[in-house]
Amino acid sequence: MIDQDSPARFRPAAGPLPPSLQFNAQGRLRHLLTIEGLSGALITEILDTAESFAGMNAQAVKKVPLLRGKTVMNLFFEASTRTRTTFELAAKRLSADVLNINISTSATVKGESLLDTLRNLQAMYVDMFVVRHADSGAAHFIARHVAPHVSVLNAGDGRHAHPTQALLDMFTIRRHKGDFTRLKVAIVGDILHSRVARSQIHALNLLNTGEVRVIGPKTLLPAYVEDLGVHVFHDIRAGLRDVDVVIMLRLQKERMESGLLPSEHEFFQLWGLTEERLALAAPDCMVMHPGPANRGVEIDSRVADGPQSVILEQVSHGIAVRMAVMSTIMGGSMNQGSGA
Amino acid sequence: MTEPVSTLLDRMADALRRHLSAQHITAPALVGIHTGGVWVAEQLHQRLDLNEPLGKLDISFYRDDFSRMGMHPQVRPSSLPFAVDDRHILLVDDVLFTGRTIRAAMNELFDYGRPASVMLAVLVERDGRELPIQAQVVGQHLKLRSDEQVKLRGPDPLRLDIVKLEPAS
Repeated sequence: MIDQDSPARFRPAAGPLPPSLQFNAQGRLRHLLTIEGLSGALITEILDTAESFAGMNAQAVKKVPLLRGKTVMNLFFEASTRTRTTFELAAKRLSADVLNINISTSATVKGESLLDTLRNLQAMYVDMFVVRHADSGAAHFIARHVAPHVSVLNAGDGRHAHPTQALLDMFTIRRHKGDFTRLKVAIVGDILHSRVARSQIHALNLLNTGEVRVIGPKTLLPAYVEDLGVHVFHDIRAGLRDVDVVIMLRLQKERMESGLLPSEHEFFQLWGLTEERLALAAPDCMVMHPGPANRGVEIDSRVADGPQSVILEQVSHGIAVRMAVMSTIMGGSMNQGSGA
Repeated sequence: MTEPVSTLLDRMADALRRHLSAQHITAPALVGIHTGGVWVAEQLHQRLDLNEPLGKLDISFYRDDFSRMGMHPQVRPSSLPFAVDDRHILLVDDVLFTGRTIRAAMNELFDYGRPASVMLAVLVERDGRELPIQAQVVGQHLKLRSDEQVKLRGPDPLRLDIVKLEPAS
């Protein structure tokens, strides 16, 4: 495992992203690697499309023929159930053929071997790779090397980005709250290790959210996090005051040995979301969590299962939002150079 | 060249009543195709004095030019507030030209269920069918040159415009 636990190394290994990489010559999205570089208008368009896909649940046949004859490969170098399953369902509801490949991360995947894997898979006439990888920048690397007609969708890379999770969270917030400009949104917990938090912050900013707060201990906040345009709180009570949305992050237990935290119990005492703390937020504050939740570590079961929780809705929305992203980028890659 | 839209709608409503009674259909379910077709369907819905709410289809996910054009930027949710099974469905659109939109609409409709029958009513039809599709009720037949296009503007008031297409660059 690569040691990434020093805050100074939070910035993605991939370096600055060439803005052209995600877009084709006509300016259409052809890969989705990160929220950075998208526009608020494009995000809104994707959310609107997702809204139409969500309506498909009324159909007897819950399938549309958009990606008929296309092959989508879920390329998971890191374990995942929820994300992989919803990507698989999304692709199937678009009538694509789906392959799931789980590649063990026991050995560090070096650039060369990743490229080799990719070339072999590409030889099977795949049209889209959905990639999850423990290293930041892996999806970019793959996007740089795929054939022109192939799209790459980042399903989480290291600590860098998880753009579809951020989009489905925006979808969930928009369904409940509508306008972002008057909202106060708090992201709580282990921001340092969280690709979800980074993508959420970028998306919330692009949608002109009134105020974005991050709440957590200094050891779990990345250096220079203020540069992302957020207000930092080291006291959960102060941070939660009057917020409309609270997003709890999973405490990445696998990092606990590194001495960033004394114990799970103490983390819950200081940073866990309890009913009593939630009462400090706005009365209709919604509670979100990207999952999997550690009950009794970052969130109390009574809150996770309580009336303000939308955690399961987030999972359902993942399907419609991923359908919207897949069809948008597939349209972008099929249009390469056609001048349409 | 085009008659006022209200004249066309009155004519369509008359023709529809005759068609429905000849077919012994008492309760057709109206389905408009976004966007212009929904406007026309709303007008027919009023003129035919129907109570059941109108269905609306956005055919973006069923288009046959997705691989060439990509996703339509403004997709609206489809909504059919009734069960399609065994119903007599009246599809409504503003302009019938190649027939490809209607093909897509029928595919979507059948993903909701198995209708008893499907009829088609259009405000305007023009030559140029690329599929064996024909409307039962037509407001007006227009002769247009290949570089001309007819567009319905609305929703209030509804107005037909004939626009010249820019030569393809």
